[in-house]
Amino acid sequence: MTDAASDPRGMARVLRAPATWALVALAALLVAGAVGSPGFLSVEMRDGRLYGTPIDILNHGSKVAIVAIGMTLVIATRGVDLSVGAVVAIASAIVATLVSQKGVAWPIAMAGALGAALLAGLWNGSLVTFLRLQPIVATLVLMVAGRGIAQLITDGQIVTVRDPAVAFLGNASLLLLPATVSALAVISALAWLGTRRTAFGLFLEAVGENERAARLSGIPVRPVLLVAYAACGLCAGVAGLIDCAYIRAADANNAGQLLELDAILAVVLGGTALTGGRFSLLGSVIGAMLMQTLTKVLYVFDVSADIAPAPKAAIVLAVCLLQSPTFRAACSRHLESARARLRPGTEARP
Amino acid sequence: MLAARGLRKRFGPVLALDSVDLEIRPGEVLGLMGENGAGKSTLIKCLTGLHRPDAGTIERDGRPITLRSPRDAEALGVSTVHQEVHLIPHATVAENICLGREPRRNWLLGGSIRWRRVRERANAALARLGLALDVRREVSTLPLAIRQLVAIARALDIEARTLILDEPTSSLDRDEVERLFSTLRRLRGEGLGIVVVTHFLDQVYAIADRIAVLRDGRLVGAALAASLPRAELVAMMVGRAIAPAAARASSEAERPRAAALSARGLRRRGALDGVDLDVAAGEAVGLAGLLGSGRSETLRALFGADPIDEGAIEVSGRRHSIRSPGAAMRLGLAFLSEDRRGDGILPSLSVRDNLITALQAQRGILRRVGRREAAALADRLIASLRIKAPSASTPIARLSGGNQQKVLLARWLATDPRVLLLDEPTRGIDIGAKADVLALVASLREKGLAVVFVSSELEELAAACGRVVVLRDRRSVAQLRGADVDPSAMLAAVAAAPEGGARD
Ligand SMILES: Nc1ncnc2c1ncn2[C@@H]1O[C@H](COP(=O)(O)OP(=O)(O)OP(=O)(O)O)[C@@H](O)[C@H]1O
Ligand SMILES: [Mg+2]
Repeated sequence: MTDAASDPRGMARVLRAPATWALVALAALLVAGAVGSPGFLSVEMRDGRLYGTPIDILNHGSKVAIVAIGMTLVIATRGVDLSVGAVVAIASAIVATLVSQKGVAWPIAMAGALGAALLAGLWNGSLVTFLRLQPIVATLVLMVAGRGIAQLITDGQIVTVRDPAVAFLGNASLLLLPATVSALAVISALAWLGTRRTAFGLFLEAVGENERAARLSGIPVRPVLLVAYAACGLCAGVAGLIDCAYIRAADANNAGQLLELDAILAVVLGGTALTGGRFSLLGSVIGAMLMQTLTKVLYVFDVSADIAPAPKAAIVLAVCLLQSPTFRAACSRHLESARARLRPGTEARP
Repeated sequence: MLAARGLRKRFGPVLALDSVDLEIRPGEVLGLMGENGAGKSTLIKCLTGLHRPDAGTIERDGRPITLRSPRDAEALGVSTVHQEVHLIPHATVAENICLGREPRRNWLLGGSIRWRRVRERANAALARLGLALDVRREVSTLPLAIRQLVAIARALDIEARTLILDEPTSSLDRDEVERLFSTLRRLRGEGLGIVVVTHFLDQVYAIADRIAVLRDGRLVGAALAASLPRAELVAMMVGRAIAPAAARASSEAERPRAAALSARGLRRRGALDGVDLDVAAGEAVGLAGLLGSGRSETLRALFGADPIDEGAIEVSGRRHSIRSPGAAMRLGLAFLSEDRRGDGILPSLSVRDNLITALQAQRGILRRVGRREAAALADRLIASLRIKAPSASTPIARLSGGNQQKVLLARWLATDPRVLLLDEPTRGIDIGAKADVLALVASLREKGLAVVFVSSELEELAAACGRVVVLRDRRSVAQLRGADVDPSAMLAAVAAAPEGGARD
């Protein structure tokens, strides 16, 4: 997009770019936070690691952001994955039980958890591609059944984890940042390379835009769908590892509860439409961070948890409205006519 | 009377309509003409509440009106069929025709829909077009031409005073066009004001009383059809005089050539019942037939888009079973579908992405068509097909219908195919571009491509093809070559006593 600046209509393009409005809202919230609490934006270095509210936001937003990256791929194909929360529970249950109760080495336990998450994604993908179930219905199956599976694995108990390697993702730091943030960085980079340096991104968008046209253009529609759901499962698996590391336990009942809705919201805030097609990975990460920032800012302003959903809903609505071309067109029409009224005698447009 | 006064509509950098004045008078058929992207559809969308004009007014019987939605227009007696047929694919024909105005029982009885009345009304609307069709069928199972007729029937179902048809005949055969026109003439007699957009000169002179021409968003003129010579009309549309359409395919010395593609006994339940076809490298073969004779189905079967039950397909002399479009592309086949919206465009992706999809699929997922290569390719194709688009990064849905069609044709040219299967490739494109496409087909043929060409315009088949295979009742029944490849001979062969008379 090097020509955006030189192009006289560059501004219009920026306004249309998917992630713009989430970014604007994020900036506004950060400013609001800084006004409410002067130290809000400050970051300091202690013991070879960065501390401060912005770092906290990144740290706590990472789990949703990682799930949202996988969700973005699925939504781009005009699908949705409701099972990510349950997959988080499964992955955390597997890693915790293997390490704490079966005495399995941590690398194998983690690989086992990720493998299961991958299988879960492939299962969803198969239901969608081969049985042609609607994505909502197909993934609802695992959303409901997955928690039961996680309960089976943990035997209905909360399994605590003492292995430091497993807990590493939860509190350790890596390259100045909390390990979760580093994990998010790695996964974002992989997702970006996988979609934008290969043709996978174009294929995803084509399938989401018009599946029949994609097939007739020779795009391997089924493999593309399978890979999208598998990648989404894998992302949920990583989020499961983070969840387990963070609370140092696997809680099959609560791990990843309502995470699917947070992830979908992050994707939508980031400017990817639920109707499939064009997607923005960066937008989804920003969307996740936007919600985390909002939580922090409400905390700064002492908004009680009971009424917090109301301002949240207002911000979400505002961003979604601003993303809508129809709404923006209506706004500029009103601006235009207001301006014309202010200057009587002159024409509305030269 | 419905009238536009000084209508202006801008889309970003494109001024699609520029102070357009137009009157639609009762008891008159107005032909609206113009090149692709001239602004015809935009004008219609402004008149029917789909777009809000930036400036200017719309008047009904001399009073200015504001249209906020298509419903407003319908309430004022304006009934419209838009260029891209908008029907609900999984609803039945009857439901589509009566959608939004279903006859209901008294509210005391719960206001439920009177389904028998719905079906009767749908049947009546179809009968007006001379179409007998099971109205309980799902629209998605119907061929495109029938869907177009259903959309027209829907427009005829309401008590309209003004009827607007944007390229209603683009996928219809002669018979259907004739039936539609006689219906329109009757409605004109009843005092309706009618607007018809078309790219066919013959059609506009057959139906229109008055012709209005748009060019680059401006009304360049309106005149009585009887007093407007063809050459002048063409000059008004393109802004210059152009030579009459491409020269006929030189039926050069018939030296025997190896078949690039040959099919024997293609069968598929409900679609094909024994089609044989050969096409050699450097040859263009036409497929002629009535609606439902199996032309599109043949191309789809050859390309692996629909599986066949029986039959053999050979490519370059080797037998292959083509199971998917991807497999067909690896053998050098390319297929342009007639259904632009359903099978072709990726609406919100850019023109550039739309151009490279097939090429990218052919190369595979790992060898990405780079940014610079894609830009160069897009520039070249946009220039060589004279595609009118603000830029290569504009979403394709913002292009006019004809320009979208050119993008889809270009998508396949980018894959450098050996066999080109074209289903109505000139659908909805203007006369200048039509000549361009025919010339393009001729030059590709000379370069050694094999072309299979389907068109319901027999003149076009005659101009493009050296040989024509006639299909009837889903079967290949005859071949015309040499001097027999001319419209009247084709018409005779196509229409020869239909056994069984099954029409779909
Ligand atoms: N929704 C839109 N957004 C942006 N540009 C548009 C939009 N609709 C139309 N245009 C532009 O306006 C111009 C006029 O388009 P329009 O569809 O009215 O042409 P047309 O005369 O109907 O052409 P065709 O014969 O190809 O159907 C074109 O340059 C087109 O790119
Ligand atoms: Mg048009």
